[in-house]
Amino acid sequence: MSQVVEAPVEAPRRSTEDDPVEDRPWVVIVWNDPINLMSYVTLVLQQLFGYSRARATKLMLQVHNEGKAVVSSGTREKSELDVSRLHAHGLWATMQQD
Amino acid sequence: MRRGIKAQKDGTYRVELPAEERDVLASLPGQLREALDAGEPTLYRLFPPAHADDDAANEEYAHLVGPALVDGKLRALAELERTARAKRLDEEELGAWLGALESLRLALGTQLDVTEESYGPLDPTAPDAPRLALYHWLSWLQEEVVQAMSETVERRGAPD
Repeated sequence: MSQVVEAPVEAPRRSTEDDPVEDRPWVVIVWNDPINLMSYVTLVLQQLFGYSRARATKLMLQVHNEGKAVVSSGTREKSELDVSRLHAHGLWATMQQD
Repeated sequence: MRRGIKAQKDGTYRVELPAEERDVLASLPGQLREALDAGEPTLYRLFPPAHADDDAANEEYAHLVGPALVDGKLRALAELERTARAKRLDEEELGAWLGALESLRLALGTQLDVTEESYGPLDPTAPDAPRLALYHWLSWLQEEVVQAMSETVERRGAPD
């Protein structure tokens, strides 16, 4: 599983060709919160990303125990879509460049 | 029949709840809708920022995605309101229950400032006891929905 970067990264400038910053993938992070049920977080990760019960449970436990977990990665556009789907399901999710 | 929600073999879900609990369930969506209309600050938890530290990107995100997020939550609340007294739900309807219960718990949980420790035994003399009891009941019901839906997901089989 990917390691979460510890320091916040600089906000990237958008769509500048040949800019190496643009090539680094984005990661989507789910943060721990006291309201969401553990079983609910597992189900949402299964439903949104098609993860198996085992994989979704592992990610949920990482969120619960470590405070956060990377649940997906990819382009800025894909990550924004993933974040919005997680927000639609009430999870506390943010995106940042890896 | 046990109180709660049970997945049926035909793909529907059976809902066993006393009438008074269904009355509560039917009344809650309207309350949250009013709070949303009023723009109550405690509802921030329903619309988190997409970026930890980029205000400009968050503004753009809220502009792009915000209306659809609000719309989705309102639709789920309306569906819960419509079906609160149904004995049977199809998968889409139960999905709306799940989403509406999530919004209700996020709103109430934020107002009550719940922590991981809030899930212990309820102190009936606490000033917030009635609303905490409502929060715990919503949590129980959401867990029922999650378990019933997880059963369906497992039966279908998920890839790894």
